[in-house]
Amino acid sequence: MAIVQTRGLTKVFKKGEFGAVNDVNLESREGEFLVLLGPSGSGKTTLLRMIAGLEEPTSGEILIGGRVVNDLTPRERRIAMVFQSYALYPHLTVLGNITFPLKAQGTPKAEREKKALWAAGLLGIPHLMHRKPRELSGGERQRVALARAIVREPSLFLLDEPLSNLDAKLRASARTELEQFQKRMGTTTIYVTHDQVEAMAMGDRVAVMNKGSVRQIGTPAEVYDEPADTFVATFLGSPPMNLLEHGKVIVGFRPEHFFPVTHLAGQAAVPADIRAAERVGPYVPLKFRIGHEEYLGAERILYGELDGGAFDSKTAICRMSSTHGASFPAGSVHAFAVREGDLKFFDRETGTRTSRVPLV
Amino acid sequence: MSAMGRQRWLGPAMFLPAVLYVVALVGVPFVLAFLYSVGDVKVGSVGYHFVGLHNFKSVLQSPTFLRSLRNSFTFTIASQVLVLIGANILALALKNPFPGRRFVRFLILLPWVAPVSIGSIGWKWILDSLYSVINWVLIRMHLVNEFSPPMYLGEPKLAMASVILVHAWHMLPFSTVILLAGWTAIPKDIPEAAAVDGAGFFRRLFQIQLPMMLPIINVAVLFGVIFTFTDMTVVYILTRGGPYDTTQVLPSLAFFTGILGSDLAEGAAISLFLVPVLALVAWLMLRSAHRAEVT
Repeated sequence: MAIVQTRGLTKVFKKGEFGAVNDVNLESREGEFLVLLGPSGSGKTTLLRMIAGLEEPTSGEILIGGRVVNDLTPRERRIAMVFQSYALYPHLTVLGNITFPLKAQGTPKAEREKKALWAAGLLGIPHLMHRKPRELSGGERQRVALARAIVREPSLFLLDEPLSNLDAKLRASARTELEQFQKRMGTTTIYVTHDQVEAMAMGDRVAVMNKGSVRQIGTPAEVYDEPADTFVATFLGSPPMNLLEHGKVIVGFRPEHFFPVTHLAGQAAVPADIRAAERVGPYVPLKFRIGHEEYLGAERILYGELDGGAFDSKTAICRMSSTHGASFPAGSVHAFAVREGDLKFFDRETGTRTSRVPLV
Repeated sequence: MSAMGRQRWLGPAMFLPAVLYVVALVGVPFVLAFLYSVGDVKVGSVGYHFVGLHNFKSVLQSPTFLRSLRNSFTFTIASQVLVLIGANILALALKNPFPGRRFVRFLILLPWVAPVSIGSIGWKWILDSLYSVINWVLIRMHLVNEFSPPMYLGEPKLAMASVILVHAWHMLPFSTVILLAGWTAIPKDIPEAAAVDGAGFFRRLFQIQLPMMLPIINVAVLFGVIFTFTDMTVVYILTRGGPYDTTQVLPSLAFFTGILGSDLAEGAAISLFLVPVLALVAWLMLRSAHRAEVT
């Protein structure tokens, strides 16, 4: 197993242009599932391709297992990668695809077939060995790509949006499978995705990227609960965090932390866990004029404007469980509140987290 | 006429010119060639007498014909092998962008778009026994004897090699364009995946990319075979089949016998020997086209 480090890693595709990846310093941990999460164009795939050796960095260093690998070809880095398209070899059978990496490293034939069967067995596809990729479904292709990646028992897995070509239902089950699979193998894994649900569900840690740099790295809970800047705050969470300008700061709170005061008594009385209990404190009362409501089955999303006070006519979103039965007709104004502990403060100039300021 | 009625006639009406064209310019001459080959027609003769397989018999007994038949295969196979290797290398080199790529692509297409006669006449001078620039350079570099330099079109082996090389030069752009399309159609991910899987350049080339290219290489080769097997331009301009028929190929022999030698019947018989080879190639082409559709 190995850890990956990048030092000041930068990639500029066209001279004079903004770098696709800018001065990234990242360090994975032993056996960790590290997710690179970001919108398209954030440089996450370029970063992954540089680690794989498919893209040459403009400057900076990449270390795998403590060794600088900048000048090594992909083959010398001894890593495995699963591509978004799976990139199976169309003219080879599944067996041919899985044994290809072993053939390339000169493993004897009998050994190759034994290992291919082992890898196929782990992924539940031994019955597909003699089919061609075009005869397989999307889910089966993804398993073949994974089997091809593990058969060499690499020290590092790189996965580039491997679930994005699957349909929604399959994706959810493949997500769980993939995560359990990684835990079982214990191989350090770097996983690129733009899907925050995948990132939160699978990652030991999540590195949130935007415009070529890593904005924050931490456990899913850390990046969600304590976002380092306004980008992370709005990119994670759906609907995104409410951000309200207030003098020199931006005040942010999650839609699920914004609730009608009628709801308050019950929640405060029975704190769900210790952290919730710690948060119990003074409330910031806010008047909320309802714009429209989305009913999503398990939850309800209210869109509207704040009314009066420091945040007059700023838009806000409330997300609450649909077990909360009150009705909120459009245009009506209700007393809402946020716990003071749930407020996050960001610098208005830079967007980064800053210390709490009094609201009034 | 109702709209339905018009519809019924529109298709065949649009199709008719193509059918007429093929029947008049391919079908009629083909039937005529067949009739000539079993008759006694000469240029200027008025009657027609059926002579059965007499022409084929006499053709098969002629050493010139057998030599031409052999030459045709040598000419076609050797030039196609050269074209295939050259076109793959060129396509690989032109696949990735570099400054001036468009200009280089244009230069490479030039031999194909320029009339073959002009190109071949240029080569005739380059290979000339007295004025050859190649010999001029070789003599100045003291690589060949000044008083007996190689006569590229005058010595049997050299003449065959020259004809093959010039034809390969002429065919190269066409195959390059076809193969370039094939190379660009391979998703970038696949050779990249192979690289990460530990395959070096040659393993990627021979075990991944070329096998994926096979259907397109088939098309390029089959077209090349047809264009080469039926072609006589390069031979006609450079050597007229000489020296001593050592570069004579079936199409040029048919032309010399049937048109210049006035023996239409025997010329027709010679050219009909092209049919089985071309039929086989056409069948292979249709089959590979069908396969390409299915997958």
